[in-house]
Amino acid sequence: MLDSLIERIRAAHENHAPLVIEGGGSKRFYGNAGAGEVLSTRSLAGVVDYQPRELVLTARAGTPLADIDALLAGENQMLAFEPPHFGSPPQPSRTWGERAAVTPEPIHATLGGALATGLSGPRRPYAGAARDFVLGVRIIDGTGQPLRFGGQVIKNVAGYDVSRLMVGALGTLGLVTEVSLKVLPRPAEELALQFELDEAAAIVKMNEWAGQPLPLSATSWHAGVLTVRLSGAAPAVRAAHAKLGGEVLGDAAAFWQRLRDHVTPFFDRRPLWRLAVKPSTPPLGLGEAQWIEWGGALRWLASEHPAATLRAAASAAGGHATSFRGDALHDGVFTPLTPAMLAVHRALKLRFDPRGILNRGRLYPEF
Amino acid sequence: MLSPVFLSRLRALLPAHGVLHEREDLVPFESDGLSAYRNVPDVVVLPEDEAQVVAVLKLCHAEQVAVVARGAGTGLAAGALPVDGAVLLVLAKLGRIKAIDPLARTAVVEPGVRNLAISEAVAPHGLYYAPDPSSQIACSIGGNVAENSGGVHCLKYGLTVHNILKLRAWTIDGQLLEIGSDALDAPGYDLLALLTGSEGMLAVITEITVKLLPRPERAQVMLAAFDDVAKAGAAVGNIIAAGVLPAGLEMMDRLAIQAAEAFVHAGYPMAEALLLCEVDGVNEEVSADIHTVREVLAASGATGIRTAESEAQRLKFWAGRKAAFPAVGRLAPDYYCMDGTIPRAQLPHVLRRIGEMSAQFGLAVANVFHAGDGNLHPLILYDANQPGELEKAETFGGRILELCVEVGGAITGEHGVGLEKINQMCAQFAAPELARFHEVKAAFDPGKLLNPGKAVPELHRCAEWGAMHVHAGRLPHPELPRF
Repeated sequence: MLDSLIERIRAAHENHAPLVIEGGGSKRFYGNAGAGEVLSTRSLAGVVDYQPRELVLTARAGTPLADIDALLAGENQMLAFEPPHFGSPPQPSRTWGERAAVTPEPIHATLGGALATGLSGPRRPYAGAARDFVLGVRIIDGTGQPLRFGGQVIKNVAGYDVSRLMVGALGTLGLVTEVSLKVLPRPAEELALQFELDEAAAIVKMNEWAGQPLPLSATSWHAGVLTVRLSGAAPAVRAAHAKLGGEVLGDAAAFWQRLRDHVTPFFDRRPLWRLAVKPSTPPLGLGEAQWIEWGGALRWLASEHPAATLRAAASAAGGHATSFRGDALHDGVFTPLTPAMLAVHRALKLRFDPRGILNRGRLYPEF
Repeated sequence: MLSPVFLSRLRALLPAHGVLHEREDLVPFESDGLSAYRNVPDVVVLPEDEAQVVAVLKLCHAEQVAVVARGAGTGLAAGALPVDGAVLLVLAKLGRIKAIDPLARTAVVEPGVRNLAISEAVAPHGLYYAPDPSSQIACSIGGNVAENSGGVHCLKYGLTVHNILKLRAWTIDGQLLEIGSDALDAPGYDLLALLTGSEGMLAVITEITVKLLPRPERAQVMLAAFDDVAKAGAAVGNIIAAGVLPAGLEMMDRLAIQAAEAFVHAGYPMAEALLLCEVDGVNEEVSADIHTVREVLAASGATGIRTAESEAQRLKFWAGRKAAFPAVGRLAPDYYCMDGTIPRAQLPHVLRRIGEMSAQFGLAVANVFHAGDGNLHPLILYDANQPGELEKAETFGGRILELCVEVGGAITGEHGVGLEKINQMCAQFAAPELARFHEVKAAFDPGKLLNPGKAVPELHRCAEWGAMHVHAGRLPHPELPRF
């Protein structure tokens, strides 16, 4: 299987023929539209090694995230960055609506897609992002050259950190074929509390609490309700509950999973923007339809404002704006890079994929 | 040799005393923390702000003069070893803490700020900066970023790469790269990860935004003695399998215990191995974890378990571990500290092999580990005044690192490659990966002006080294031409 992928990429390199890398297709909507023949990683599936005592899992890129979650749960462990699945039920999007609508079978998010997009779920500010848990990768670069970086140990500073460079690169530097990840023990107890608070007060609370020794593991604010998840040993969760007060939310696991996978009506709205900002940023004042996560650092906006307005707001708040699900933009869905940063990006792309055949334009239209 | 014209241009860019050129001023900069490697620099510059740093870089780029960046000089891999014909760019004077944001839990600092000074400055807000390399009293945050430094709390709190948000970095031709953001991610490639641990090879950093954490409500440490290092090694895995993520999980072998006890009287029992396990967090979490860890240690065959009963006793337990290096230093005129990492399950095997090699080389080894994350620090004892002993110690150290690679580990967990481990990079990586590292550097520094000759070996060097290290009848790089 690996050999046939290497062959296809080699041939594509020789023929200057662009390829669109695809796993489960659950995140096809994300980034700019690609063009080219589809290169599927689905048959590159399976867990290669899992050592619960080492807190390390190695799996092939096409392995469904659901399989990994289930395997880890069996050992009372988890992917602490809570990668969004965005899988079944299929989520039609404007950009790729026609294709998604006719997909006959359920869509399964894969590990490769989670890493390529680098997206993380509700636990991210408190446990770390996808990139924080990557220990090593095997890739095939844009010339068909297989390469291996990092390894299966938690600490490793030999050579440049090319493994983490692949996370969020949207496949533009190489096809990730195998990943080693650090996994974590699942908390003994989780509890979600809700508070009626306006946006400004909720943002302050989320930041204040994050600065105190509390077992926080997720935060959400939407429509006047702040929801906070506590994780840890049962007595620790009880003590924090006593300290914070609030109403206990029933079926909390489902609430966080729906938020993680965007399976609530709010996330069906288009265009949907993702604004990453300094967590303490006061309300952006860009409209009512908003969902805040990550202690204030992530603000989902269903907004018709022009891209320039949203990018300027995010930039003033120390961050950046992404057109997450919506119309294609002429300069791309991600915040454009400065000329110096763009030059470095192009230089790296040239070294990993000299003919620009891997997911060309998916990250930035320029490469 | 640098030309007088170049030197006078350099002087024009910096305040008086900002350029050192007299031999007696240069000698203090001849090595970093690994003093076995020395080379008196041709010139040292000490800029005081970002503008001066950029001016120096632009001049060096225009004149094609190499630049070696240096922080506090506490590195342990000769990463800041001066290079002939290069400018040694010392960033120690960029030492301002520019901003602290207690609500967003961040601090903006210049690269010369000491690691511990950050935690001290933010302590009034109940916050701290988590990575704590043993040199934290002296090492600078810029050097921490260059090396991706760790410390005793990595397993739970991560390395430098997990605890920084944003960098202002300058390429050798004076272009500003604003990397990362004040949010939790940034658009484009993860250059924050790429630059962290890049050993001054890609860009020069002038500002760092670090993430701050709330001080844990409580920290508690336990001390467990074992009559067998293998049992202690297994206990480490058992603790993690029980679902506890200790803040620190350290191990020492008999020689290290003896040395530490003789030096600081920490109250350690004599044993074949000691485990120090610290759990921290909210009060109730710590109580629950202590209970679990105690049970696991007992079930793993610990011959004695003690929980520190007071903060004073906790600090005393740690004092022994933290003084392990100088304590071992009293056993022999010199010691050579290694930094390999291995999968934890390989601990008994690797310890046995190190013991065998110790006998073979005739050099004693004291073993100190960050056991929780599989990071070994074997300390090889030698006497540099005995002809040939340094070389023997280096060869022995190299063999230990190759052993780490053999069992699926890495040649460096937190100290970096520098010049010291450049040969072992040939054991860690094959030619295509090494070639790609050179290309990654070229994407930032095509003229190879930043810290030339460090971190990544030239392929011909691996061919030469490989010829001397035929392992199990196989050359490590059969595809390379031999010279």
